Amino acid sequence: MAKTSVLDNIGFDSMSLLQANKGISAVVGKELADHLSGKRFMILSLLVMAACMAALYVAASTIRASVGRDELDFVFLKLFTTSGSSLPFSFISFVSFLGPLVGLTMGFDAINGERDRRTLSRILSQPIYRDALINGKFIAGVAVIAIMIFSLGFTVAGLGLIVIGVPPTIEEILRILAYLVLSVIYISFWLGLSMLFSVYFRQTSTSALASIAVWLFLAVFAGLLAGMVADSIYPVTDSADVDQILLNTRLHQNLSRISPTNLYDEAITTLLNPSVRTLGPVLLQQAIGAIEGPLSFGQSLLLIWPHVVGLIAAVLVCFAVAYIVFMRQEIRA
Amino acid sequence: MTAEKQILVETIDLTKCYGDLTAVDHLNLKVEKGSIFGLLGPNGAGKTTTILMILGLTEPTEGKALVAGYDATRNPLAVKSIVGYLPDNVGFYDELTGRENLYYTAALNGLKRDDAEKRITWALERVDLLKDGDRKVGEYSRGMRQRLGIADVLIKDPELIILDEPTLGIDPEGIREILELIKGLARDDGRTVLISSHLLHQVQQICDKVGIFVEGKLIASGSIDELGTQLFEGKSLQVELKAEPGGESLVRLCRSIDGIQEVRKHGDFLLLQCSKDIRHVLVNRLTAEGYTLMHLRLKGFSLDDIYQRYFQKEGYHGQNISS
Ligand SMILES: Nc1ncnc2c1ncn2[C@@H]1O[C@H](COP(=O)(O)OP(=O)(O)O)[C@@H](O)[C@H]1O
Ligand SMILES: [Mg+2]
Repeated sequence: MAKTSVLDNIGFDSMSLLQANKGISAVVGKELADHLSGKRFMILSLLVMAACMAALYVAASTIRASVGRDELDFVFLKLFTTSGSSLPFSFISFVSFLGPLVGLTMGFDAINGERDRRTLSRILSQPIYRDALINGKFIAGVAVIAIMIFSLGFTVAGLGLIVIGVPPTIEEILRILAYLVLSVIYISFWLGLSMLFSVYFRQTSTSALASIAVWLFLAVFAGLLAGMVADSIYPVTDSADVDQILLNTRLHQNLSRISPTNLYDEAITTLLNPSVRTLGPVLLQQAIGAIEGPLSFGQSLLLIWPHVVGLIAAVLVCFAVAYIVFMRQEIRA
Repeated sequence: MTAEKQILVETIDLTKCYGDLTAVDHLNLKVEKGSIFGLLGPNGAGKTTTILMILGLTEPTEGKALVAGYDATRNPLAVKSIVGYLPDNVGFYDELTGRENLYYTAALNGLKRDDAEKRITWALERVDLLKDGDRKVGEYSRGMRQRLGIADVLIKDPELIILDEPTLGIDPEGIREILELIKGLARDDGRTVLISSHLLHQVQQICDKVGIFVEGKLIASGSIDELGTQLFEGKSLQVELKAEPGGESLVRLCRSIDGIQEVRKHGDFLLLQCSKDIRHVLVNRLTAEGYTLMHLRLKGFSLDDIYQRYFQKEGYHGQNISS
């Protein structure tokens, strides 16, 4: 009937674009609701929340004990970075340790979970583009991560304000905001990676295992491996000269920067410790004549800019590969 | 042209290869608008693969599939917006209620909240699940899930409904209900239905036309009656006959009819070997000579024979897997 007329075809094309966008928002809505009402998300939030509260408590008591003794530059930032003797973890080390777990948990069964439940072909036979499903899931995941990280950061900042009674400066607020954004990007990398595995592996247990393996490798072994490679190429002995040591250190550092974990750790250390002036090895003659004092926010940001770009690129690569693999897959189930 | 029925689904040399295996082999299929078409074939015949290509979920190696004139590969969205698909072993989100599951489908189809609610209530009522709509799907029986699947298909108000093995793993009463429901979708709403099944006997009763699909090829298609002619063309036919009073006079009468080559006794029946369909002539003669016809059956034309020839082994195999 009218379905095949030329006029209808034209009308349909503009309609279908609208429709496809609606598809994404429907997926985002569903996934958000799933995450926020799910047990998995609740357990994770409680875990992260508890860890960070403990870190905050330790940091606050350490800071209060040292009031009057040390210089109190950037007290507010110290809330996030200080660990104590009773708990050798600070807020940022908890986030950088548990954050990947959050991302992985949210993504490892994104696509193969739908396959398992045999909902995938039913969903994809609706008038949406195939990428609407994977895009929607990724967007919803990033949104949940952002909600989690920002509410955590603001809770800690708020409580810290009450406990130490010193309001943050503008500079500190900017640094904390930048830190939170960076954390969201970093955790999104893990989300993207686990979604890639969920597309590639047909079984959810396999993708979970693969995600955890990569996490352990990057968090623990990558640095070790980089050190070993650097040592074997530029061995440092007692008689080694400066150049050799320098080469060794540089290689070690550059190799370990392949790991997003390392990029993230370097970047947040710089952001939250304004006194960090450089990320590479420094020779004495370079330090002579340098002006003492912390970097401004803009300068810190400049220092870690390559890191930020690298992290964003890592997220995009993960997601793009997942996307390509998914678009080529046959949907049977 | 009004006399010619409109074709809703057409496949042109549709082919799908997986490595060396040709799952679907130059399939040419036409489904008329408003009819129920049964795609029947043993397991592994390529039915699901064909359906996936019609929906644009799998790319054909060769050829194309057209739905209402839209190419499924090039314009999948247009196809998917008029086709409702019920996969075999359909799955739902167990932790959501039936209504919530359907709501997601409605949202994916771009329905607004109010319209969606109305449509969902209507669809649930149609499949007789209205009172269970607010229960979690995890608590549903297999038959209820299947009916929810049909409701899910109805949400987008489709022109064409594709059902893949809709009766698999359901008890006889449930099967009857579902087939009745499917029949209603075509007869009452004027939708076109394409059913795939390896259970010939269950599904053929509601089909206007069937295609027999074996190893990726359509070996026969048409109404059930036409099928026999196509499949057994050139072979001699057997007719089973029982009439009162029986005995030698009946045998003699049969022998005298042109076209009957041999008459054998087989229990209560007479088996007539014929070169053509002699049923009209036979019945007329019998009534004229005062016999009462008790039983007359054309063997080799019936579904049973088709079934035995192509489905028997695989059919039972499939039953075992599903139960
Ligand atoms: N992804 C795949 N890779 C290789 N072979 C496949 C794949 N999917 C299906 N097949 C093969 O294609 C044939 C047709 O399968 P299918 O369409 O599912 O049959 P049916 O639905 O009629 O039972 C089978 O022999 C099956 O083994
Ligand atoms: Mg099948």
